[in-house]
Amino acid sequence: MTEPGGTVGFAAGATGREAAATLEAGFALQTGGLADGPLLGLPLTELWYGLVFFILGTFLFLDGFDFGVGAIFVTRSEGSAREQLLAAIGPFWDGNEVWLVVFGGALFAAFPAVYANLFSRHYLLMFAILGALIVRGLAPEMYEQRHDETWQRWWGRAFVVGSVAAPLFLGIFAGNWLLGSTALVSLPSLVVGVALVALSTAGGAAFLGLKTRGRLQQETAAYGPKALVAYLALVVVAVGYLFATRPDLRGDLLSPVALGLVGASVVLGAGYVVAMRRESYVGALAATAGLTYGLVALVAALLYPVIDPVAGLTVADAIVSTLPLNLMSIGAALLLPLIFAYFVVLYAAFWGPVEEGEGYAGE
Amino acid sequence: MIEPALASRLQFALTTIVHIIFPVMSMGLAPFLVYFTWKDIRTGEPIYEQLRRFWTKIFAISFVVGTVTGIVLEFEFGTNFAAFSTAAGELFGGPLAVEGMMAFMLEATFLGIFVFGRERVGNVLYMISAVAVALGTWLSAVWILIANSWMQTPRGYELVTENGQMIVSLVDPIAAYANPRFPWMYVHMQNAAVLSVALFMAGVAAYHLFRHYHWEYPVDHPQFWEKTLKIALVVLIITAPFQVLHGDAYGRHVAETQPQKFAAMEAVWETESYVPEYIIAVPTNLEDLTNPRAKEIFGIGIPGGASWLASGGDPSAEIIGLNEFETEAPPVAIVFWSFRIMVGLGFWFVLLAFWAGYRWWRGQLLEDDLLHKSLMASSLLGILAVEVGWIVTEVGRQPWVIQGVMKTADGVSPGLTGFEATLTLVSFAAVYLGLLALYSYVVFRIVRAGPPSITPEAPETDVVREETGAGPTPAGGDDD
Repeated sequence: MTEPGGTVGFAAGATGREAAATLEAGFALQTGGLADGPLLGLPLTELWYGLVFFILGTFLFLDGFDFGVGAIFVTRSEGSAREQLLAAIGPFWDGNEVWLVVFGGALFAAFPAVYANLFSRHYLLMFAILGALIVRGLAPEMYEQRHDETWQRWWGRAFVVGSVAAPLFLGIFAGNWLLGSTALVSLPSLVVGVALVALSTAGGAAFLGLKTRGRLQQETAAYGPKALVAYLALVVVAVGYLFATRPDLRGDLLSPVALGLVGASVVLGAGYVVAMRRESYVGALAATAGLTYGLVALVAALLYPVIDPVAGLTVADAIVSTLPLNLMSIGAALLLPLIFAYFVVLYAAFWGPVEEGEGYAGE
Repeated sequence: MIEPALASRLQFALTTIVHIIFPVMSMGLAPFLVYFTWKDIRTGEPIYEQLRRFWTKIFAISFVVGTVTGIVLEFEFGTNFAAFSTAAGELFGGPLAVEGMMAFMLEATFLGIFVFGRERVGNVLYMISAVAVALGTWLSAVWILIANSWMQTPRGYELVTENGQMIVSLVDPIAAYANPRFPWMYVHMQNAAVLSVALFMAGVAAYHLFRHYHWEYPVDHPQFWEKTLKIALVVLIITAPFQVLHGDAYGRHVAETQPQKFAAMEAVWETESYVPEYIIAVPTNLEDLTNPRAKEIFGIGIPGGASWLASGGDPSAEIIGLNEFETEAPPVAIVFWSFRIMVGLGFWFVLLAFWAGYRWWRGQLLEDDLLHKSLMASSLLGILAVEVGWIVTEVGRQPWVIQGVMKTADGVSPGLTGFEATLTLVSFAAVYLGLLALYSYVVFRIVRAGPPSITPEAPETDVVREETGAGPTPAGGDDD
């Protein structure tokens, strides 16, 4: 069915005739100005490069603490503690996960070739991520549907596996992207994956500090600093490995931006540990946000100006043309502030620890 | 190994066919939930709280499964149809991104408050959440259908060569996104979703009422089910006839804009006037029985019917046959039969609506056993009609992924191997089968358990009863 090499083929004779007809109809006059150059003369290519990684970082931070709660779930055997953990993320995880949808959409809209190359190149990995997310999303819903022990034991296990596998695969994906690896998994990308599991766990512990009280709070919070130290160690290993094996990246790794990001991560990591000791869980959660954005920024900084190393595409090669870019920029400028407002409303409504009878059981 | 192009198409078909069930449920339930929430807050009558809480449970599980299966679809454009995504990303990526930001974010955040937050927020914010969730689900369909309708009736684009590759470049966003198909598709789909949910609600209500009155096996809240049935029937009586009338006009639009699809819907190979509307058609050669593109067919139909439908009243109108097109015809039999099932179901829903309306008017709504049996049997048929309708739309436009511009086979990811594609196809078949079974099981349990008991003084009595396991009733049916 496909031609050899699968080149993009177009039907003979299919031209922009219809487009020309509508141009004559005068529609183009209304949008003509938007096709001439970037909106307000802004460096939209770079802004969208930054925005795509910002959205990825937001997803990894927000859904990261959900994943972390899932990882910590494995340490709880009592029914009531497990219910509280599920109730803690119940209202939030779906909204958090939509950042991944927005990441896919933004990458597709701004850098269609990168979206296409990256997702099809890491074919099995993408489906592994999706599979993990399906299991993670479904498990809490299923867990609460029946109250017999076997049912809950298996869905509890599924919840843990999905919650650990999702950041692991996402980290492997980010590592492969950065390193231009075409293999399903490589040692450095695996290190990034495990690092992301550790960072998620630290986020989960801080989040549970806010959502639980008493013994449960003390016990779950205790995993946070350990996970964070593991995260920092793994990042140092990954960066050191890159320095040793990839001479082409040495310059980038020694650049002020990269060194600054690594340094900031160490400072934020220390801040996290101090905040957890002082039971300042908001501060600790904010530190994991900073660490997640720092990690994503490091990936972005090491890649730039290339966005897809395997295909050899730079940001300038891959960016969509001016008209759709301007339209998307207007859309994002209008919608992103609204989205932040939704999240403020949601988190404000569920501020404070899980209440009696709250969550899936009280649905 | 299945070759990558075929495996990718089968996988996309499978994942879409399963996914669409959940948005139909959530988009269809959304307006009902806004109404129940409004009445609950305004009147404080327990029955509206029961309606809201009961149907919210089904909404929530549908939404969750819809989220996880929906992300799969968004990613599949990149994983399996990379050539299409690269070529058409300028036009196609934007609507998907805006869908995420404008619609999905709205519904997913406010869903948290709507499902979990009744005790946490005041009436005003709770009502806003209900409206925001409903608005989000309906806006989501706007952007998804803008993307889909553009592939059916592409406008506002230009073909240009960029980095040695042909790409579809956006020149006129208004023409592209407000393309001719979009309003047809949106109205047809949204009405279908509401109609499907009305049928589901009526079927579920009929089941409980039948049990209660006919089998004399009392359920907990017969008045709840009677109210559910009546609300569902009001909506059914409005949406079922509308769907048929709208579908008739939509068909003429398809005949004008996608003549090859229309010819496949009617199995017309030779361009002719006075084309009959076949009720059934079968290949005349036995060897052709499994060939969806069999040209020698014998049909029984209404003389001039298809011409009459295509032209809006002229039985002599000419219909362009499939032989006229340079491209290979879509698998005609699939399109032909899917279309007939959809139309047949559409008429059945109208009949059901009038029948139930008549019984209600005569005050015999709870006495007609055959009506109740028919409603029960039809509870999932709305969803079936949506499925076959989409099969007509998507299989009917083959071999094009973008009508007249790009072929589906040319859109497949170039590097994809048969092994990878087959592996994920088989995995999806297994996982989605399990997913459907689980979803059905959970919905069935919710339906069988019925609504929570609510007394105005002590709204939490049902929770206590669940926890202690005391006071089981035949309708409670808790077998844990």
